[in-house]
Amino acid sequence: MHPASAPQPDFDVAVRHASLRYGRAFLIQDLDFVLPGGHCTCLLGPSGVGKSSLLRVIAGLEPLDRGEVACTDGRPLAGRLAWMSQRDDLLPWLQVIDNVTLGARLRGERADRAKALDLLERAGLLAQRDQLPATLSGGQRQRAALARTLMEDRPVVLMDEPFSALDAITRARLQVLAATLLAGRTVFLVTHDPLEALRLGHRIQVMTGHPARIEGTIEPAGPPPRDLHDPALLARQGDLLAQLADVRDDAA
Amino acid sequence: MSNPRPLLILLGLLLLWQGLVWITEVPAFLLPPPTAVASRLASAAPLLLDHAQVTLLEILLGLLGGVLIGGTSALLMALLPPVQPWLLPILVLGQTIPVFALAPLLVLWFGYGLASKVAMAILIIYFPVTAALFDGLRRTDPGWLDLARTMGATRWRTLYHLRLPAALPAFGSGLRIATAVAPIGAVVGEWVGSSGGLGYLMLHANARLQIDLMFAALIVLMAIALALYVAVDRLLVRAMPWAPLTLTRAQP
Repeated sequence: MHPASAPQPDFDVAVRHASLRYGRAFLIQDLDFVLPGGHCTCLLGPSGVGKSSLLRVIAGLEPLDRGEVACTDGRPLAGRLAWMSQRDDLLPWLQVIDNVTLGARLRGERADRAKALDLLERAGLLAQRDQLPATLSGGQRQRAALARTLMEDRPVVLMDEPFSALDAITRARLQVLAATLLAGRTVFLVTHDPLEALRLGHRIQVMTGHPARIEGTIEPAGPPPRDLHDPALLARQGDLLAQLADVRDDAA
Repeated sequence: MSNPRPLLILLGLLLLWQGLVWITEVPAFLLPPPTAVASRLASAAPLLLDHAQVTLLEILLGLLGGVLIGGTSALLMALLPPVQPWLLPILVLGQTIPVFALAPLLVLWFGYGLASKVAMAILIIYFPVTAALFDGLRRTDPGWLDLARTMGATRWRTLYHLRLPAALPAFGSGLRIATAVAPIGAVVGEWVGSSGGLGYLMLHANARLQIDLMFAALIVLMAIALALYVAVDRLLVRAMPWAPLTLTRAQP
């Protein structure tokens, strides 16, 4: 399997002085955060800390109360990002292939069927292309969603716990597939699984507190996807788990 | 027909009816025995068929008109947010007027012919169709809408590719109700003033104490209503293979 032919993004995505209220309290306040171009950034943190909100803000799905999301090349991010959520969001009335080409249809463009078939083949779903999503397993559905995300062919990919609903074995396989297919793009992956972050991220950061801070940058050695048997990886997982558990104890 | 149950139910009802006539010795001009109705059904078949055609046409045109007008109203409310607060109260207010009381007025306005009965049927099914489709249109999965936004979908394409298909099951429920009540509208219209149709035939047979003919007309009307409902139900199930019927039929 070879990586999808994505042009290396020559810009970073920067969140500057961002503030977001939830009710009266600040979820994030005056937050600065950078997604380096062409790299995979993983964001860990306890649930409810605002990881998903930050992701939605970057995706343009929620407005900031203050601050901005900008690209360092000065052009807008809208139209240059693809979105994948925890749920596969497959449309139940469309066959797998039509779900993969949904974006083109929603924009009134011609769908590149050959490319969709190629992506489905890489995702191991070629045989299921004419099936309805209800007939697929959880792992297959998420692979279809991954193919749909890649079909968009955007330099920036935002993922919100995309593999959290899967069993451990399926998740491990999908992580490798995702890392391979997404290589070269700017990826922002929100997850609550330290091991997933350690396998997939060029850079791992932890989001904690109210209002939330982002800190603890870890840059594991070697290119993702990293081998599950790597002892250093497992040791780091222990550290990260302890760090996250500390945070939770503080909050309690 | 592999399932004998409907036939058994029918047979049981007929036996009950015949038994009632035997035991009470009620005169035939009050309650004719099923045998008399059956022979009348056969002898008056051409007459019944003539009037049945009139009623069927009224029902079908009423259904078509009601679905078109109701569907347009629901789409307007969903697409143009300013329309909704104006149209919805009118809709609910209109529903509080007893349609049966309007029947004489409709005959006065639209005459003794087809138009007043079609108007009656439209009035009676407008509300269920509009309410069901509007409800379906405003309940689109937020995850799908997020996805569409990040894909750069336009409002209209989102409506066509997402909201409308997603609203089909709800619309189907409205259409089933409409199919069940449309014959009521047509027949009530015929009772108030008409020169043809099963309702007209029943009214006249009743006045002349041809109760067997009245029952025969009633049976034809029931058959029409039943056939329409079954046809619409099958059509809806076939149109939405992706919407699973999770209340499975009990095994005989």
